[in-house]
Amino acid sequence: MIINHPILGPRDAAEFTYLGDVSLLNRPDWQAIDAAEQFYEYQYLRENPAGEHRELWYHEQGDRSWLVVTRNTLTHAISKVEMASDAARARGNGK
Amino acid sequence: MTQINRLTGGLIDHSKPLNFSFDGKSYQGYAGDTLASALLANGVRLMGRSFKYHRPRGPLTAGSEEPNAIVELRTGARQEPNTRATTAELFDELIATSQNRWPSLQFDAMAINDRFSNFLTAGFYYKTFMWPAAFWEKVYEPIIRKAAGLGSLSMQDDPDAYDKGFLHCDLLIIGAGPAGLASALTAGRAGANVILADEDYACGGRLNAETFTLDDTDASVWIAATLAELASLPNVRVMTRTTVIGAFDHGIYGAVERVSDHLAIPAPDKPRQILWRIYTKRTVLCAGAIERPIAFENNDRPGIMLASAIRSYANRWAATPAREVAIFTNNDDGHRTAADLTAKGVAISAIIDTRANAPGSTQVEVLAGAQVVNSLGRLGVKQLTVQLADGSMRHVHCEALGVSGGWNPNVHISSHQRGRPEWNTKIAAFIPGKNGPDGLSAAGAAMGVFSTAGALESGMNSTISALQDIGISTKPIKLPKAEDVPVNLQPFWHVKAGKGRAWLDQQNDVTVKDVKLAHRENFRAVEHLKRYTTLGMATDQGKTSNMGGLAIMAELAGKSIPEVGTTIFRPPYTPVAMGALGGRAVGKNFHPTRKTPSHKWAEEQGAVFVEVGNWLRAQWFPKAGETHWRQSVDREVIATRKSVGICDVTTLGKIDVQGADAATYLNRIYCNGFAKLAVGKTRYGLMLREDGIVMDDGTAARLAEGHFVVTTTTANAVSVYRHMEFCRQCLWPDLDVQLISTTESWAQYAVAGPNARKLLQKIVDPEFDISNEAFPFMGCGAITICGGLRARLFRISFSGELAFEIAVPTRYGDALMRRMMDAGKEFDVVPYGTEALGVMRIEKGHATGNELNGTATALNLGMGRMVSKAKDSIGSTLSERTGLNEPDALMQVGLKPVDPSEPVVAGSHLMNKTGDVNAKTDQGYITSAAYSPTLGSSIGLGFLKDGGNRKGEIIRAVNPLKNQEVLLEVVSMHFFDPEGERLRA
Amino acid sequence: MHFSGFKVIKEALMGHKGWGPQWRNPEPKPHYDIIIIGGGGHGLATAYYLAKEFGQKNIAVLEKGWIGGGNVGRNTTIIRSNYLLDGNEPFYEFSLKLWEGLEQDFNYNAMVSQRGILNLIHSDAQRDAFIRRGNAMILNGADAEYLTADQIRAENPFLNFDDARFPIKGGLAQRRGGTVRHDAVAWGYARGADQRGVDIIQNCEVTGLRIENGVCKGVETSRGFIGANKVGSCVAGSSSRIMAHANIRLPIESHVLQAFVSEGLKPVIPGVITFGAGHFYVSQSDKGGLVFGGDIDGYNTYAQRGNLPTVEDVCESGMAIMPMIGRARLLRMWGGVMDMSMDGSPIIDKTHIDGLYFNGGWCYGGFKATPASGWCYAHLLAKDEPHEVATAYRLDRFRRGYMIDEKGVGAQPNLH
Repeated sequence: MIINHPILGPRDAAEFTYLGDVSLLNRPDWQAIDAAEQFYEYQYLRENPAGEHRELWYHEQGDRSWLVVTRNTLTHAISKVEMASDAARARGNGK
Repeated sequence: MTQINRLTGGLIDHSKPLNFSFDGKSYQGYAGDTLASALLANGVRLMGRSFKYHRPRGPLTAGSEEPNAIVELRTGARQEPNTRATTAELFDELIATSQNRWPSLQFDAMAINDRFSNFLTAGFYYKTFMWPAAFWEKVYEPIIRKAAGLGSLSMQDDPDAYDKGFLHCDLLIIGAGPAGLASALTAGRAGANVILADEDYACGGRLNAETFTLDDTDASVWIAATLAELASLPNVRVMTRTTVIGAFDHGIYGAVERVSDHLAIPAPDKPRQILWRIYTKRTVLCAGAIERPIAFENNDRPGIMLASAIRSYANRWAATPAREVAIFTNNDDGHRTAADLTAKGVAISAIIDTRANAPGSTQVEVLAGAQVVNSLGRLGVKQLTVQLADGSMRHVHCEALGVSGGWNPNVHISSHQRGRPEWNTKIAAFIPGKNGPDGLSAAGAAMGVFSTAGALESGMNSTISALQDIGISTKPIKLPKAEDVPVNLQPFWHVKAGKGRAWLDQQNDVTVKDVKLAHRENFRAVEHLKRYTTLGMATDQGKTSNMGGLAIMAELAGKSIPEVGTTIFRPPYTPVAMGALGGRAVGKNFHPTRKTPSHKWAEEQGAVFVEVGNWLRAQWFPKAGETHWRQSVDREVIATRKSVGICDVTTLGKIDVQGADAATYLNRIYCNGFAKLAVGKTRYGLMLREDGIVMDDGTAARLAEGHFVVTTTTANAVSVYRHMEFCRQCLWPDLDVQLISTTESWAQYAVAGPNARKLLQKIVDPEFDISNEAFPFMGCGAITICGGLRARLFRISFSGELAFEIAVPTRYGDALMRRMMDAGKEFDVVPYGTEALGVMRIEKGHATGNELNGTATALNLGMGRMVSKAKDSIGSTLSERTGLNEPDALMQVGLKPVDPSEPVVAGSHLMNKTGDVNAKTDQGYITSAAYSPTLGSSIGLGFLKDGGNRKGEIIRAVNPLKNQEVLLEVVSMHFFDPEGERLRA
Repeated sequence: MHFSGFKVIKEALMGHKGWGPQWRNPEPKPHYDIIIIGGGGHGLATAYYLAKEFGQKNIAVLEKGWIGGGNVGRNTTIIRSNYLLDGNEPFYEFSLKLWEGLEQDFNYNAMVSQRGILNLIHSDAQRDAFIRRGNAMILNGADAEYLTADQIRAENPFLNFDDARFPIKGGLAQRRGGTVRHDAVAWGYARGADQRGVDIIQNCEVTGLRIENGVCKGVETSRGFIGANKVGSCVAGSSSRIMAHANIRLPIESHVLQAFVSEGLKPVIPGVITFGAGHFYVSQSDKGGLVFGGDIDGYNTYAQRGNLPTVEDVCESGMAIMPMIGRARLLRMWGGVMDMSMDGSPIIDKTHIDGLYFNGGWCYGGFKATPASGWCYAHLLAKDEPHEVATAYRLDRFRRGYMIDEKGVGAQPNLH
């Protein structure tokens, strides 16, 4: 596979390390009343879709950027690649 | 003349004879021959035996789709089983041996199986060999295994080298026949970056095997001119002997170039083969088509071949399987073979054409509406039984039979991404479907366009549209005038007359009867058919047999062929040597070797090294007279504890953390507090995974307000850094913090022992006070040594001694080691390796990888209270789950044998002193063990249920794997200097 | 029809006209007591044991394609019970014991071949871990044997002992481990289930679950609604897709595992060998092919195919440990979709929806589990309580903190 890195252009997927669903950006609030349940769902439950999947890849043998790749799990076609930090900010992750 | 079946002409060089041998007998062929063509020219038709029935077999084809003529090529360590004689290029002194027969190819004792074929039908083995139960492994299976298999490996290491390479292009063209050449010319002239790959050693594809003209002259003229032009274009790379093996995601193709297989041995410094990874924007599949046989009784005898193969041998290789040949066809193409052979002086006994309206011939007898119903000849065909149109029988004499059942486009690569081919009624065959790999189109015969003119034109047109897709404007080229004969075929799959066996898959001995049996037993799905009968599972993967099986299943099921479906072609296109896929990653080069800065020095000391991940670390430093490793290790421990020792700890991960929010960040990464760590101080840190299990431990030293140096264990250096970047970029992207791994940038040594300070004071520049008062335990700072060399000093201790870790830029690592050893002479300094390091850390109860095993919690490690509940940190919430906080949770303890002479073995399980010994009574296990020269006995660390409350209890360590059982006392894990007085000294 | 040597001889002499279908192709009935979704090894085994051991009569197995077309039809055929953790080892040992009597039990020769499995050890830490594992196996009633490098060399002289980047320091052997003819397992269970009245319905895709007031009433399929008292999902890599019909998110990701076979070779390798310093395990089939595999590709996928870097990684590891296979040729590669769970261990449990049961999360180790998985799932479906060797395989173990993490890599499926 080839991942079109937003900064570095197309790179072989073998340079990257895969983590999983982009929902791992949504780390719950530790002080929420149901924090235990929220963390359980955050850590363990997955949509695991057959189709479009937003997922985290790490350019381990490159610039060490974390990326959010939108990839179809049936065809492997990649439709979008973003910097994970941008995606994280977009959902409200800050300091 | 020994080459009794050698013809004139062809593309071989009659002036360059080559000697070779097959089964010990010497023959001569010519440059340009394949092993198969040379053997045929020498009158040899018998080249192999089938897999199950050991039936005599000759070549069926003249290409890589060959199921029958497979041999062991070469000898010694280069012995190469299952090599297709039909693609093996002849070289001088080539040695080939037939395989899977005993004692000889002519007289194979295993051919007895053929007599019992009634018992050995598809799937017979699923129904028997079950009694008595023990007999399968002891009796039946050994017999089957011995008989099975094809060729043999030499069992020696492959002496040849293999390389890997990467190529990029706009257009990959697979196959250099007329379509591929037209495509390459079109794209090459348009300036596109082109790779044209062909498995053959000569470009031209089917044109090389035909007598066609292009622009009214011999096709070879146009081929030569085209290749010359392509060679002149810097943007075109023509790769012969290169098989594209598979289509992978996003336009990545694998290809194997056989650099040296046509030579006796590779030239010096040349690989045998190269595995190329080709990155292309567009691909045109011009892989041609493969002729298909017609099944009839005893259609597997040597000499019965595809008609097109006989034509190839005659036209290209000037060889014929026999001087008298018959043709069995259902289409006009079969007649071409008759015409070409006649022109070469080979007699045609008859053309048996299944079509009532078969075209006539002035030269040859055509039996229209006839079928071959049987053949005779033990080691090669001698006679055919033909059923004529009126139903009467006639014998036809021949020593070879060319069979043509039509052509199957070579859709293989188009289905590698699970694309399904489509049925084309006109040619009664599958063509590449629309859901093939992105960016791939097919042209020429591969797309079902069988005329030369059509192939040229479709090669050009698909190239124009492929390049247009990627913004390269392309003009049509002038194509040569070529034959444009329409396909004229009447589908005919198998002869129904006859009670005997009619072969579909000749290598695996799958017959029409087997398909019928599969149907009867409800193995009707194509995949069931394949798996039950083994149809298409041989080394040719069914290239010549799958369609026949499908057609018969369709007939039996009353369905059309496309309704029955197809099995899926999987990579590779043809089998690939494991060596090519392994490349240079053999022997010591399997993984890169990382050496520490003191490696060379340690080698000079005669150190014994050990693999730690990709690192090589000194394990111990044997001295003269030491005959057992324990002597060296004990000495290193004792000397360190007595005076001072030095250990290279560069392999520990080092991560530089900088920024205004660095402390905030580390406070969230570690479960214990870091927000208030003072500048100039170091703290032990425990890092959890989000699931609450310990990920790693290490230290973080605060060199400045916004500057920390974090260390990790050697094993987890990469994964911890990855995790830290995840937290930084994905969880808290706006924290002002930056990370960089500096593991390779700093050489780092532990200097440990009562005299550690004294030693270091000799090299640390005098303006830096490292006295206990100025530089206490857990202090850290940037210093200079040896008169101005920048360095970092950390007062941390893994050994439990007064100890420092000193770091210098890596390029000074070797010099620092030598300088310290020099400076330490007066203290009898010793270097110590990983073994002594391990002994001392066990004596101190420090956890390492054996304890941080991915299931241990902070609680298990006795550090439960370190997990701060006053802040958010990774893993703190989930660490509170019930299952991780059972009242009798495993706790790390120290263990020592009641009898000091008894061993403590890591991996032993812990049991109560009395009672049953089984999984239900299991109390834990020993994680680490060592002999402690300090304590004079073996000691261990372990996880024990409720271990925190069991100090002083006597328990058992059981090691049933080695029949050991030892009584142990549960003790504090801090065996040595439990109050830590030495390290604060 | 009972298979026997006598029957084979008789049919051989009679032209094989007497063989009938090994299973029927029934039309689905409107309602069953129990519906198993998924005609793979586990689903067919479940149906077989439900009928044979638990007295159930009215059972259907629904298969979207052809039976045995999932991972039971595309694996590396290894059976073993060399697990470390108490949640796993009794289950896999139960499975191995079922394998040992399977062929006589279901009257089908699945070629269970206890050729032994050998895990190679390349470091001291690995040795410590394998000794712990071997002892856990023995304490659970399984067999295990520690071999020194010399003992391994005597049995496997072709391994790389002279030039290895990561030298062989020992090994853990389980002599009762081995290989099985994988397709025959599916067919044997199918035939045995069919003979006991189970309806095996191929080309019947489940497109929905009918759930009313928190109770599962049956399944919507490509062949219409089929009612059931109990519905058990048993679809491995497709687990998330089926359970999504009930709005259940699982602790599972689907990943591809590639596997490979070489051209046929005369006998080379005695048993199953697993490289401990790279991703490679290998055995040799009765037909002579080297059957080998490595690690999953590592990204979520349902595509049943993988990519070249993994292929190369596996072959590099193979060449590192067995440098004599350089001139053997890789014949075919394929991929299967693995239901990778969050702790690397499976789930056999009820769901919070009455009448809906779940079996999945087998990662790439489901084949060896087939008999026990079928038996334990049948036990759960018939009795509504877990079998004693499968009590740890609960869905709520992640919420409660009772993970069964053999590799100790945590909640990241692609690392298991």
